[in-house]
Amino acid sequence: MPATMLDRIWASHVVADLGDGWSLLHCDRVLLHDLSGGRALREVGEAGHGLACPDLVFATPDHAVSSAPGRTAETFPQGGRLLAGLRARAAETGIRLFDLGQDGNGIVHVMAPELGIVLPGTVLVCGDSHTCTNGGVGALAFGVGASELRHVLATQTLPQQKPRSMRIRFEGTAPAGVTPKDMILAAIGRFGAGAGTGHAVEYAGSAVRALSVEGRLTLCNLSIEMGAKMGMVAPDDTTFEWLAGRDFAPRGADWDAALRAWRALPSDAEAAFDRDLVIGMRDIAPQITWGTSPEHVLPVTGRVPDPADAPDAAQRAAWQAALAYMGLAPGAPIAGTKVDWVFIGSCTNSRIEDLRAAAAVLRGRKVAPHVTAWVVPGSERVKHAAEAEGLHVAFRAAGFEWREPGCALCVAANGEAVPPGARCVSTSNRNFVGRQGTGARTHLASPAMAAAAAITGAIADVRQVAA
Amino acid sequence: MERFTTVSGPAAPMPGANIDTDVIIPIQRLVGTGRGGLGPHAFERLRYLADGSDNPDFVLNRPQYRGSPILLAGPNFGCGSSREGAVWALMGMGFRAVIAPSFGDIFFGNCFQNGMLPVVLPEETVRRIAAETEAAQGARHTRVDLVRQVVVTPEGAEIPFAVDARRREALLDGLDDVALTLRMRDRILAWQEADRAARPWVWQTVERGR
Repeated sequence: MPATMLDRIWASHVVADLGDGWSLLHCDRVLLHDLSGGRALREVGEAGHGLACPDLVFATPDHAVSSAPGRTAETFPQGGRLLAGLRARAAETGIRLFDLGQDGNGIVHVMAPELGIVLPGTVLVCGDSHTCTNGGVGALAFGVGASELRHVLATQTLPQQKPRSMRIRFEGTAPAGVTPKDMILAAIGRFGAGAGTGHAVEYAGSAVRALSVEGRLTLCNLSIEMGAKMGMVAPDDTTFEWLAGRDFAPRGADWDAALRAWRALPSDAEAAFDRDLVIGMRDIAPQITWGTSPEHVLPVTGRVPDPADAPDAAQRAAWQAALAYMGLAPGAPIAGTKVDWVFIGSCTNSRIEDLRAAAAVLRGRKVAPHVTAWVVPGSERVKHAAEAEGLHVAFRAAGFEWREPGCALCVAANGEAVPPGARCVSTSNRNFVGRQGTGARTHLASPAMAAAAAITGAIADVRQVAA
Repeated sequence: MERFTTVSGPAAPMPGANIDTDVIIPIQRLVGTGRGGLGPHAFERLRYLADGSDNPDFVLNRPQYRGSPILLAGPNFGCGSSREGAVWALMGMGFRAVIAPSFGDIFFGNCFQNGMLPVVLPEETVRRIAAETEAAQGARHTRVDLVRQVVVTPEGAEIPFAVDARRREALLDGLDDVALTLRMRDRILAWQEADRAARPWVWQTVERGR
């Protein structure tokens, strides 16, 4: 019977059938971060359990660390206390910690693929909803809460129900200015923020095959914004070339054996999905969000929607509330909306290709005087690679602040925030009320669009700015 | 884990789709506040005015819904982040059950881990319970009965709901998942032994990367 990649990875990790559709699923990798990692390790110990497999657990501080140049753990003292706890527990339990400033440190979903910690066909969990990012290399990766995290640390397994399968095929060639971020935002806009609930999404089609691994990670990152806790892309030669030689990737005969297993992972051509959707690339333009849910998204050439046109009363109320929070007028063109902040970073868009794309728009130009513009590389490695290419010089020359790796303004858990009422074009993943700071107004977009907004001082169509 | 059998009280209406976990509990509170202290911060951006006083326009501040154990919510409630603090905050506010047309997947699972029951009912049924509660100004109660798997509306209608058998049992008994799984330790170890042979590259994490 034809199988999907989800079927294959799932079946190969079932330790026991628990009945009623439940499986005890083996987790090959556990990632911890500073916000919840130290507590999880402590609570497992307090419950009298040891770690089942400390060699499969990796930790990195990212959420509550300052991104200020020259930062230390103590720059944000509350975060410093969390990190102290994580360090102590990591030392006790013998798990691998990639500490602040060390090679390998970074945003958990940037460093895990970068170091080859996540591999095709593995099951990976982390106490963070954007764990779905890691599906970009062909893994089954999902976010868990504190209780499930304790369970997996103590047993290396999780009782799980297999999600339904969903495929989104992106067919055709990307038009000018259209990046993976625009592809996934367009999908969320079309299908809705709850479309993937209960599903694992596989992204496929010619436009996905043409993407780099970085682009696939961006695509998978926003799966949770469509409601799906897992997103994935079948591994192929692009993946294998990208993985070869990475720190935790297999070598020699193990690599050859792994490669044979990985090549057998992709869904069969005849495999049936519970939901099968397709988007033509020619229909996608550079995207920008206008509201407070990722489904509130428009082509940059569009106009702010009018609640009078909402399909029902509930949507009307939601749109009205979103417009009031965002300080936008119905019917106005979204382009030209004045912005105060620009943030390039987050597990969505802080990899080397993202920084290159933004720097290409910036070169020879200046950030508008009223705009505060930050770039926060996703990891120590991204930072050093970018500096080796001189990207930091290009960003600084344009008027951006070049900062230290971490989640920073995506989640505003580190003492940094967009001020109340300020409008920020952000390459992150959530435009929720208060996400970037109390009263902060977030517009999600690609790195190139964010750079275009920074130099224009307003939401702008990157195709016109870059021309 | 706290057991759940039956909960009864006024059902507090909070309609609107896509109420996310950042709105339920801002991340800053998870950096500095312990699990037990989150209740006063639940929905804080909606619940309080800039001066820290209660926002009279926020529905959960209305006298008839203060301390209500049942929340009536819109589609995709609890979407977004995996923070279990969202459940702790709702419980700290007094909620033990949430009734909504759909939930964010991770939030849904987190509820069961903490003795909180998420009930999926069609949107029109959620609206009906809200309307019946409003008509009685909160004086009539809704009952969520996990033993019989019914919601009893303020006017006495019994509405059955589906709940996964394993999760129902765990809530009724207050079972500890970890202890149950550790009983299967031998099977886990046997699976791992076989997997080490089949996929050695997954297990060679120590010698690599040093």
